Order: sequence, then C-alpha cells, then structure tokens
Amino acid sequence: MEHTHLNLTVKVWRQKNNQSKGQFESYPVKNISTEMSFLEMIDVLNEELIVDGKEPIAFDHDCREGICGMCSMYINGKPHGPWQANTTCQLHMRAFKDGDTVVVEPWRAAAFPVIKDLMVDRSAFDRIVQAGGYVSVNTGNAVDGNSLPINKDKADASFAAAMCIGCGACVAACKNSSAMLFLSAKVSHLALLPQGEPERHSRVLNMVAQMDKEGFGACTNTGACEATCPKEISISNIARLNQEYLTASLVADK
Amino acid sequence: MTWKQVFTSSVGKKLVMGLTGISLVLFLIVHAGINACIFADLVNPEENGEMFNKAAHFMGSTVLIRIMEIGLFAGIILHIAQGYLLTLENQKRRSVGYAVTYKDGSKWYSRSMGLLGTLILIFLILHLYHFWVSARFTGKGLEEEITYNGVVMHNMFGLMKATFTEWWIVVVYALGCISLAYHLAHGFQSAFKTLGVHNKRYNIMLISIGYGYSIIIAALFILMPVSFIMGWIG
Amino acid sequence: MLDAKIPSGPLDNKWTDYKGHCKLVNPANKRKLEVIVVGTGLAGASAAASLGELGYKVKAFCFQDSPRRAHSIAAQGGINAAKNYQNDGDSVFRLFYDTIKGGDYRAREANVHRLAEVSGNIIDQCVAQGVPFAREYGGLLSNRSFGGTQVQRTFYAAGQTGQQLLIGAYQALERQVALGNVTMYTRHEMLEVVKIDGKARGIIARDLVKGNLERHFGHAVLLCTGGYGNVFYLSTNAMGSNVTAAWKAHKQGATFANPCFTQIHPTCIPVSGDHQSKLTLMSESLRNDGRIWVPAKLNETRKAVDIPEEERDYFLERRYPAFGNLVPRDVASRAAKERCDAGHGVGTSKQAVYLDYADAIVRYGKIEAGKAGRVDVPMEEIITMGKQVVKEKYGNLFDMYNKITGENPYEVPMRIYPAVHYTMGGLWVDYELQTTVPGLYALGEANFSDHGANRLGASALMQGLADGYFVIPYTLGNSLADEIYSKAVETSHPAFEAAEKAVSDRINLLMNIKGKQTVESFHKRLGKIIWDKCGMARTKEGLEEAIRDVQALKKEFWSDVRIPGSINEMNPELDKANRVADFIELGELMCVDALNRNESCGGHFREEFQTPEGEALRDDANYMYVAAWEYKAEHEWNLHKEPLVYDVVKPSQRSYK
Repeated sequence: MEHTHLNLTVKVWRQKNNQSKGQFESYPVKNISTEMSFLEMIDVLNEELIVDGKEPIAFDHDCREGICGMCSMYINGKPHGPWQANTTCQLHMRAFKDGDTVVVEPWRAAAFPVIKDLMVDRSAFDRIVQAGGYVSVNTGNAVDGNSLPINKDKADASFAAAMCIGCGACVAACKNSSAMLFLSAKVSHLALLPQGEPERHSRVLNMVAQMDKEGFGACTNTGACEATCPKEISISNIARLNQEYLTASLVADK
Repeated sequence: MTWKQVFTSSVGKKLVMGLTGISLVLFLIVHAGINACIFADLVNPEENGEMFNKAAHFMGSTVLIRIMEIGLFAGIILHIAQGYLLTLENQKRRSVGYAVTYKDGSKWYSRSMGLLGTLILIFLILHLYHFWVSARFTGKGLEEEITYNGVVMHNMFGLMKATFTEWWIVVVYALGCISLAYHLAHGFQSAFKTLGVHNKRYNIMLISIGYGYSIIIAALFILMPVSFIMGWIG
Repeated sequence: MLDAKIPSGPLDNKWTDYKGHCKLVNPANKRKLEVIVVGTGLAGASAAASLGELGYKVKAFCFQDSPRRAHSIAAQGGINAAKNYQNDGDSVFRLFYDTIKGGDYRAREANVHRLAEVSGNIIDQCVAQGVPFAREYGGLLSNRSFGGTQVQRTFYAAGQTGQQLLIGAYQALERQVALGNVTMYTRHEMLEVVKIDGKARGIIARDLVKGNLERHFGHAVLLCTGGYGNVFYLSTNAMGSNVTAAWKAHKQGATFANPCFTQIHPTCIPVSGDHQSKLTLMSESLRNDGRIWVPAKLNETRKAVDIPEEERDYFLERRYPAFGNLVPRDVASRAAKERCDAGHGVGTSKQAVYLDYADAIVRYGKIEAGKAGRVDVPMEEIITMGKQVVKEKYGNLFDMYNKITGENPYEVPMRIYPAVHYTMGGLWVDYELQTTVPGLYALGEANFSDHGANRLGASALMQGLADGYFVIPYTLGNSLADEIYSKAVETSHPAFEAAEKAVSDRINLLMNIKGKQTVESFHKRLGKIIWDKCGMARTKEGLEEAIRDVQALKKEFWSDVRIPGSINEMNPELDKANRVADFIELGELMCVDALNRNESCGGHFREEFQTPEGEALRDDANYMYVAAWEYKAEHEWNLHKEPLVYDVVKPSQRSYK
C-alpha cells in the first residue's frame, strides 16, 4: 500500500480527574505515516510528551483489533471517528489529510463520568447486565446442545444483536445520552432465543429500570446510535425492546 | 410492575408520546378532511363555503364529537407537557457538551422535535385564537350567522376569508405547517417504533406512509390560507 | 518436588474416578470460604461464576474497565468439542490424540484426556447460556474444520467465537455479582501474592483509578491471567495482557513451566512500520478456503495477479500434501518464514506470503451457479456470486484486513506473516490445577498443562472454559474441604503488611528513577531481543547473547526509566512500567529455558536440531519432560523436571505429509 506522511494538530480534552475541570489542549504531531492507526498516532504523541516532561494523554484501549470495546474516543464530532462500522483502534491515519486539526473528546454522558482525560467510567453497562442480561443456568445444568434446534434466521438475528461490544458509542452519539441501543441489543439477543424465554418479561422490565436508575436518557429514535455503532447493531432492536417492554408490562401480575 | 412504574419509565414516557402522537395524527386527517371542503368552491364558485360551513357545524354541534374534543385537548396537553419534560430531562443527561456535535448520524428534524414542537405550539395558539376561541366563546368575527335549509350556523368560511387577508398571517400559517411537516416526518415513524414495530417489511411501509402523510397534510393546510389570499376561492 | 497428582487407573477413567472420590465441601461451609479469582477472561469468568453458583464467596479482579474486555474476546475461529455431530469419525479419544500429537508430545496425557472428555459439556453449557453459535438450516449446530485435524469439530459464531463465549461467561459472572456471590473489582491489578504458613492466602491489588494498594484475603487464589505473549512487544495479545500476576506467583515459589513454548500464528497481518503497536490476527479459519503461496522466482516484482499459475509456489500444499494449507500453526509459520528467508517474500518488507482467495471465489461461484441450475454462466458473474459467498463466511475478517492495510482482499491476495499469538508455557500446575504454592491455582493460558509445545487452533477457548466450568469446581473443593476450620485471616496480619510494603517500595523505587527513557521504548527493545533470538528460530549462540542483552536491559531499565505523573492517581505509564519490569525478567527465563532444551519441538525450534527436510527434530530420550523453573535469586533458577509418561499414545515424529 502506498503511504504518505502527515503533519497534524491534535486538539484533545485534558482532565486530571473526576473532580477537576477539564480543558482542551492542542499539540502538533509531525511525520505521521498514513499506515499508522489512530491510537498509534496518539502513542507517538504520548512518547513525545513524556520525553518533554509532560503528562501523556490517558485513554482506554486494549485489544486494538476492534472487538474488546474498550477504546472510546469522540473524534471530529463522531464516536470512533469518521469511518463507518469502525472502532477508534481500527481507524487509520489514511482517514486524515495533511494539515488537519483533529478534535478528540471523551464520551460525554452524565452516566459515563470522566476518570481522566479521555477515559470514562462505563460500569453502568455492567450494572444493566446484572439486572437481567443473562440466562439463569448454573454450570452443569445443560442438556445436549443439539436437543434444542433453533431457527437459523432467528439464531442469526440473535447473533447480530449479540455482536455488541459494549463500547458505549451509542450513548456518546445520542443527543439524549440514551443507552437504548446497548440495552436493546442484549434484550434482543436473548429474546430471540428459546433459552431466553423463561426470563423474558422480568429481564426487560428490570433492565430498563436499571438503565433509568443509571441516569441515561430516553430514546427518541433519531438513529444516531445505529449510524455510529462499530458493529452496526440495528435500531430495529430498540423497537423490539419496546415491544418486549409493552408486552411484559401488559401481562405483569401486579 | 405497577402502571405508574410502567408509564414513568423512560420507555413508558415514550409510549405516552407515541400514543398521543398517533391520536393527533388521526385527528389531523379529520381536520384536514373537513377543512378541505373549502375547495368545493373551486369546482362550483356558487358554493361560497356551504359544504365547509355545514361540516364545521356538524363537528361543533355533535355531542360525541364534543366529548372527543375533550380527549383531543387532553392528548395535546399531555403530548406537550410530556414532550417538554422529556426534552429537559434528556438535555440534563449530558452535563458537559461536545465541542463538535455529531450531525451526520441523524436527520436534523429528528434531533429538533422540541424546537419544532415549540414552533407548532406558537402557531397553535394563534390558530386557536383565530378560530376555535371565536367559534366557542367570543364569537368575534362571526357576528353574521348564515342559514342553510333553515339551520342557522356560524359562517366559518367567512371567518377564514376574513382572517387570511393579511400576508403575515398566511406566512405564519405556512411556517407553522412546515414545522408540522418536519415534526410529523420524524414523529410518525418514531411513534410506531416506540410501539414496538420492528419487522423490516412494516417499518419500510410505515416510513414511506409517514413521509407521504407529512407532506400531504402540510401541503393541504398551507394551500388553504394561500387560496384565500390569492383569491382562488371565496 | 513436582508431584502432578495424576490419579491412577486407566486413562479414560481417571477423571471419572477423581470426581467420584474427591472431597466435598458442604453448602453451609462453602459460604465461609473465600476465593480470589484474578483475571476475568474465559477461564476466570467461568471459574468465578461457577464457584459463585456453588456458594463460595468469590472476589474477582480484572485490570480492564469491565470483565467483558478480557482478551479471550478476540479469539475468532472457534472452539473444539468431541461431539461427532458430523458423523465423520470424531471421538473423545481422537480429540485427545490430535491435541497430544499437535502439542508435539510435550503435554500431559491425563490433563489432555480430561480436556477432551469435558469438551462436549462446554458446548452444552454455552448453548444453554444463549451463546448464538452458527447453525444449519435444520436448526442444529454447525461445525467447521481447523488446522491440525481431519474432522470437523469446531463450533463457531462467525469470526467472533471468543467474543460470544466470553459474553456468555461474563453474563454468568454478572448474574453472580447481582446475587451477591461474587464481588467484582474492575480496574484493579494484582501486584503480589500473600503467603501465610506457606499457603497462598490473599493478594495485594492496586486500584488503578485511585492508585492506592488494597489487601484482599482468600482461602485460595486462582490466577486466570492469560499468557505472556506481550514479552515480544509485538503480538496479537491485547495491549494490557501481561505476565505480572503469574510472575509475582513465580517469585513467591510457583514454578514456571516450559516458558520457551510460544506459539507463532501463521496468518497475521504483516508489520507495516516502526510505529506498529500490536499485530492483528486473521483467523486460522481463513486457511480452510484460502491458498498460501509465494512467487517461485526470486526478486519477483510483478503484482500478484500478474504472476501466472505455474510461477507460483503453493509451498504448504507442496510440502504437506495430506494436510495442505491446514497443517498446524507451528509448521505453517516455519514454512512461511523459510520461504521469506530464502528470498521469496512479498510486499514492501519482503516479510510476507500471499493468502489467496481467487480459487475459492471461483469454486463457490460455480457452486452457486449450479444451485441456481444455470450452465454457461460467464466468469465475471461466477466471480461476483463467489465473492458474495466468501463475504458471508469471512466478511468481517476481510473488512478488518481492508481497514488495516487499505487493500481490498476480494481483488488482491492478502499478505500474511507469522506473529506471536499464544504461550503454551505458564505456571506449572498439577492435575488439580494447583501450582507449587499450596492454595494458589492457575487456569487457562496462565498454566502450562494442556498444549505441550504447540496448541491446535480452537483449543484455547476449550481449555479456558474446561478449567473454569468443569475442572476447578471439583479440584478446588478437594483442597478447600480441609480449610473449613481455618477462619478468614484479618488483612492486618503481618504477612499482608509485609507484602503491601514490598509492593509499595517497588512502586516508589520505580517512580524515583526519574530517568530519560520511556517505558514503551524499553518494551520495544525487549521485544526485539526476544523476537530475534527466542522467536521462530533459536540457536545456542543467539540465546546466550539474548540472556546477556536482557540482563543489561534490566539494569538500564531500573536506572533510566522515566515514569511521569504520581502514584496516587490514574497513571497508565506506571501500570505499564510494573508490567514491563516483569516481562524483562520473564524474557531472561524464556531464553534460559530455550537454551536448556536441546531439541526442536512444536513452537520451539532450535536450528541445530532439525531433520534434513527442515522439520523439528525432537529428542525424546533426553527432553521428554516438563521443564519447571523455580526462582532462586536474580538471574538464578533451579530446574525441576516432570517426566512425561505416555501410556496410551506412542510418540512418533509428527507428520502432516
């Protein structure tokens, strides 16, 4: 692949910790190969900052292959940057032009407080899963895997929802900071499978209640979440969640 | 799960918006249908609003419809109050905003339902003042009644004709209806998603119907003041 | 010193027998017993969830912001199980045999057989949890083939099997958190094992957000902390994957087994430059349909598509006709390196070979045309239809390749090169997964036990879940049954105090070096030494040199590293420094181990020991043992040998011809 080198300005949010007020800082970065990943560009910048005796930029990242869901940068006004169906770690510098100014912000949501610089606390997602995002089956209880045939289309649809990596880009993109795409992906994953059937109603009611408690906003179906989701989770999952919720509340006993 | 819990949850609140929204969508069909009677003038210039006046009289004098009117107002108020509440709540969910906002992922009007709703509300107040308040309470502009086949009724057609003589009013009405079109363009499909329609085939259908509906309703309403001021009817 | 505690009796009865006779803890007592689980990947999450279900009081730790991030999530291809759903001759024995053979006869028979026995239960358990495995139109589970086997026994969920399995285990874990059986500590890193009277009784962990140290007591400590591939700096491991927990255990007396057994995966995206921070794997499943080749001519300058068929060297198909492109990883990697070293490499770096889908696209296109009952379909249309099929099967992998390289793999062959992927070595454990420190266990990739000198594809997920779901719940009970009288120790105990002080001193020491070089630069240099001299091919001289280099690097690190920021705050550079310091020490031990093993086997290839055809030459007479290293002092280890006894399988030279 042919490649060139870029000189850029990176304008990035710096915030010492949860208590302090943050502000933007601008840094020039030079001679960046277009073959680098975005995070490798930040690595280069951080190495320079350390050598200059400054604090490097703190950011979350781990697998760097687009699957763990840890990386979380809001780049030039879009979660995970300009490419479609992409995570920050898979964004490459080919996406930018020489002389560009790149603005990098953390996920912004009251339910995702900033820990430091670009790192945010997404433990609210874990608590939403704790509220019912599972099938209650203890180890050793299972019957043979093939004793339960599952319609292939449903299994595929369930898988498409289960692909969610829990990165929180949907929340970051939503003008209401709603976690509905994340939640609906989990509800759909399990609602589409017979294994999820016994807890179907309690799951959706409890998970929505927990989501509200965590301080996420309500969904207004704008579609920003779907457009930015690195795994292209469909917004139709939200409609399915609404249906599940409506059904569950209509048949509720109390 | 009590009913209160259901309707105060984030999903439940949206459900209230969706259900009231759909009832308003249905109301607009009736409203537009009856008002469209003014266009009978185009076919028969001798009409002079007879068909429209009769229809308006029917709506105003039928008990069942008057009861439904109460429901309609309740729905409008609920829709407005809940809408503002949700907008305010949702805004609070992001205490620190972005320096660069994310615009490409969604349509501007889907993000601006609060603003569009406010514009419609302003228009609605003016609109109610012009017609509904006059017809029900003050009788302003309706001093001369009209009689068809021995039945005495308000000359609503006359009131429309009198109202739409000033350009600024026509412009405000047109802007109100354009706001309504955009509000509906998102609201129509969104309401059905909130009600849980997730199958692709119905979704595609509902999205098309939604756009068609929004354009037709708004165009029809805009055409009315324009027709009067241009002298096409009346 | 090493007692593997393998139950007596015939191989296929050992596990059943063990389960029938191991000691049990009654439910009321389980509530009083506390277990610490470090790491929440497949092994850790499944262990924590299963132990929580049983009623133990579990504390689980991970350094990421959520247990769902563990690097098990990146496993793509699949998970093996001896279900024989395909009726193609699979069985528990065959899975066992393939794994032993694939491991080049350096794994323990009893452990591997147990792994094969429980493999089927894993699939059942995961299906019950709602893991959306791929299915056939009839609604039943689908299988595919993988390297090193001749049956289809791999279960998968598109190219995201690890993700789906981990999310299943994660959900089971979160359920136990909700029920109060497990307490989860995210963004915490274990920095020391606390020993009281010779037994592991807790850990010192650092809260990575606040930076303070915490003491945690446990009747037993389970390390499920994964492998140490990041010692190479460039690997397919996650950026945070580290050896620190295992290394602390090692320094507290747990022997480290076969550290030089590292797996180099043949199908990774090649390095593009010095800036490279990590490597990305392309699933082994791509070798099912793709064909690997290099130009037959030296110094080839034409584009891949312009090179005619007869001038291409499909070197795997040529050298290994029986297994072709599906030979085990070590074999495929070495063959690729051999071709590149001989000057046939492709791409700008000449350190890559082609993985070509052109044939597969045409083959699938013809099948599609056939299905539609059409004859005389023009080639262009066949190719379009074929691409569609390939997209369905491997779309996400092709997209990933495209994002990283900027090339379209549907049009031009992909370039691949081997990269560090997995470490077979790890903490030595007995049959019960207990290390040489009583009360300290190692599960999953963190232990050494099941893969010998080379792991077969789709076996890591199997082992992680086997250890967590089906082995540790039994074996841990066997020793905790004797602990029901030991009360929880207060963390004010002197042992905790001393351990915390040691950790705190070390952190202070690191922070006060205030040198000039960054942690990252040291890590890069370490990686280069280990890759060059203890990577795909090793020599005595190279290893001796590497040991000297690593020792020098260690000195330099401890006198010139620069760590910005302070201790009591979120400080990723400090976290990294803690890890790199341990990698440096481990790097030395890897070279020591590789130098000791005067043979070639599996992922360990000593150039001095090869057959005339360039295959690995084992020395069963002298090296059929597990090399377990006991830490004595800086640069000093004692070697303990656990002889490997093959009662059932007869070791032979591995042949995939």
